[in-house]
Amino acid sequence: MIHKLNRFHGGLHLPDHKAVSMQAQVTPQPLPKQLVIPLQQHIGAIDEPSVNPGERVLKGQLIARSDAHVSAPIHAPSSGTIVAIEARPVAHPSGMPAACIVIETDGKDEWTTLTPCADYTQLSPETLRQRVHEAGIVGLGGAGFPSFIKLTPGIGKVVETLILNGAECEPYITCDAMLMQARPDTVLQGAQIMLQAVQARHCLIGVEDNKPTAIAALQHALQALNDDRIRIVPIPTIYPTGGERQLIKVLTGKETPTHKLPIDVGVVCHNVATAAAVADAIIEGKPLISRYVTVTGAGIGQAHNLEVLIGTPMQTLLEECAARNVPDMQTIMGGPMMGFVVEDLQAPVIKTTNCLLHQTKPQSQAALPCIRCGECMRVCPAQLLPQQLYWHARAKDLDKTQDYKLFDCIECGCCAYVCPSHIPLVHYYRFAKTEIWAREREKLKSDHARERHEFHLQRLERKKQEDEERKRKKRELLQRAESPDDNKQDAIAAALERVKAKKAAQQVAPQNTENLTTAQQAKIDAIESRRKTLSNDSGQDEGQ
Amino acid sequence: MTSTLPNSSPYTSAPASVSRVMLKVIYAMIPGSIAHVYFFGWGLLINMTIALMTALLAESVVMQLRKRPTLPALFDGSATVTALLLALAIPPLAPWWLPMLGSAFAILVAKHLYGGLGFNPFNPAMVGYAMLLIAFPQNMTAWIPPHELGNTLSFMQTLDYSMVGTLPANQTLDAITMASPLDTLKTQLMLDTTVSQILLTKPVFSGMAGIGWEWVNLMFLLGGIWLLLRRVITWHIPVAVLAGLGAMSALAWLIDSNHFATPVFHWLSGASMLGAFFIATDPVTACTTPRGQLVYGALMGVLIYIIRVWGGYPDGVAFAVLLLNMAVPTIDYYTQPRVFGHGGK
Ligand code: SF4
Ligand code: SF4
Repeated sequence: MIHKLNRFHGGLHLPDHKAVSMQAQVTPQPLPKQLVIPLQQHIGAIDEPSVNPGERVLKGQLIARSDAHVSAPIHAPSSGTIVAIEARPVAHPSGMPAACIVIETDGKDEWTTLTPCADYTQLSPETLRQRVHEAGIVGLGGAGFPSFIKLTPGIGKVVETLILNGAECEPYITCDAMLMQARPDTVLQGAQIMLQAVQARHCLIGVEDNKPTAIAALQHALQALNDDRIRIVPIPTIYPTGGERQLIKVLTGKETPTHKLPIDVGVVCHNVATAAAVADAIIEGKPLISRYVTVTGAGIGQAHNLEVLIGTPMQTLLEECAARNVPDMQTIMGGPMMGFVVEDLQAPVIKTTNCLLHQTKPQSQAALPCIRCGECMRVCPAQLLPQQLYWHARAKDLDKTQDYKLFDCIECGCCAYVCPSHIPLVHYYRFAKTEIWAREREKLKSDHARERHEFHLQRLERKKQEDEERKRKKRELLQRAESPDDNKQDAIAAALERVKAKKAAQQVAPQNTENLTTAQQAKIDAIESRRKTLSNDSGQDEGQ
Repeated sequence: MTSTLPNSSPYTSAPASVSRVMLKVIYAMIPGSIAHVYFFGWGLLINMTIALMTALLAESVVMQLRKRPTLPALFDGSATVTALLLALAIPPLAPWWLPMLGSAFAILVAKHLYGGLGFNPFNPAMVGYAMLLIAFPQNMTAWIPPHELGNTLSFMQTLDYSMVGTLPANQTLDAITMASPLDTLKTQLMLDTTVSQILLTKPVFSGMAGIGWEWVNLMFLLGGIWLLLRRVITWHIPVAVLAGLGAMSALAWLIDSNHFATPVFHWLSGASMLGAFFIATDPVTACTTPRGQLVYGALMGVLIYIIRVWGGYPDGVAFAVLLLNMAVPTIDYYTQPRVFGHGGK
């Protein structure tokens, strides 16, 4: 049956440069001598180390965690000894070093005891979420948002559709394509587990039609599985169709309102690699300690996909792939449209490292003034007016940028790509966003009355939600009374969940910006962390 | 403007550039210009050359004064397009200082006094034209008739006139120039004749529109369609301008066909096609939102008609453009597209 597809506005047909890294099979990367594992690889609270220098750890052993709700624990990618917990260079747009656990590997690659699960269908959604959380799984498509949160629909929310994002719309990147090709069964198992976790009716796996092999592999695996809830949907190759809201629109026709989440239109969206990681975590009990990474670009001798342990220095990957080491090269983490330059290649691969793109620095072109040709507007997937945003961002007229919906910009880079005047538009938008956040913070800091008022409202709301949750739980437990084996486990899980919800609420409350969802807060944090670099850059603003 | 790109994403870009855009606009003007030269003689080429040289000179002087890199500004093509559009609006038989003054005014005042490329609210070519029309109405309304009607000046004779103001011995300026068809229609209608009578009896008309003018317009239409196909411009503005002009003329013509010409006459007269496809679409000074462009174009079409028929000027395009330029920020503000995720379906 043909699935009816929809279009989003704008977008680009980009040269995809994917074939080059798709020729070879995925190769496991040899065990590095040292693994450097940053304590923050996800959006949310930074983890606390739960090990000490000198301690021996086993592969898969928990080494850092946080009590905060929005967080993901971290596990040792291989066995060895903790040699240091200190600041090391990490891949981050700010270029700042960050706290890392350093493991000297012992070459034995000795696993800790895992708890596999032969039949996950016996597990309740709460248990599944709990295990996904414990496995340290975050969105592997690039955002790094803790996955168990997106597997928690929330009170009174019904999930119609689970979407697995296999679009991989950025040029060059092929790690998801490779994964779908090499491990289609795992991806589908992940889909099934997620279906159970969010209690969704069906699952759509969206894959851009420039990956026919991956689509065929998935379809083949699906036939064997014979699960009619799941559908593989080839979608047109248009950048940025892999953007969450864009993909939801393409696959379901639903437009997620700006201030809402996909769940509010009955959709939950995860990356295909995340699904595979979920399957590994639930079925085999393995935490997230490795991932596929594409190493590619004009400066790479043998572009291909590697299976890499988290914590492996990027430099060793580049060496593995015969990177040409000449000046004027730069390495981008992510794709050319939305990635960022890694300043220090000693920085390790983290959970969200999907691609290392090694190529010559683009020649610096002088930007011309905007001629208002409107090209940017015609390609903007958010249906913004990038030329007006630019005009006002440049003039630092922050209120006007908000009138023109600056915060709906997803920083996809389409506008800057087509601009005939070569204006670094996205740079201006990032700058304006950080300025606005800074201003907002200032304002709120001085506005205690409002703060207290909102806190009060939040507390009331939270209390209401908790009451409802409690009632619901009670009902459920009563209903389940007939199936006694699950009962105890569920009760425990529910209790844990309650404790967590409470903690989460405590987490959220003092943030007091506005009524932020966790995702929004996460976005703010990400933006905030970019501030440093940006405010430095802005000194070299256009000299008009 | 001189800074280099910050090192942030995207790290790749399309091979587009302002000069490529402008170059296509210049290509698209070729058919119309050839028709223009064919019917109205060599004057256009001379005017274009003078206007172009002046514009480039003015541009480089300003860039020097503003301490900006000169070469990119010369090669971005925008000054060239301004100069060519202005030359197309000036009567072919004109003294050299006319295109020169107009062009200098367009670049120095209309473009750079407002901040240069991208910052000028008014279409520079039209500002130059308007200034000339107000300052030198006689020179600006003396059109020469198409060669069918006795315009036989050679290239050298035209150049002579342009440079030193002399005509061949047996000819006077009054004898060889005449009012343009639009002007003729307007003045004749005051003499209590009907449109159809005028079109049949006055030699400047072909029965449909002015001799030569219809071809010039059709050729600019052709160039305009090519621009559309090459995606240099979108359909919104030209279609809206022609629709606005067409609607007004159709309405008037239906009410009183004795005193008002047909839509086809208006589409193929004066600077209709040049205006709709080349002047109104100047990205810097036009509306930028799709809905805004429709409003902008339609109002312009209506204004062109009003100024043509009831105004005191030979054509309405220039003033319609300038008036609408003023309304651009407002129109743009109120016609923002619905942003993804903000209501609607
Ligand atoms: S593409 Fe560039 S030049 Fe064109 S309107 Fe947008 S910002 Fe201005
Ligand atoms: S970066 Fe922002 S403004 Fe530019 S095209 Fe993408 S969403 Fe639109």
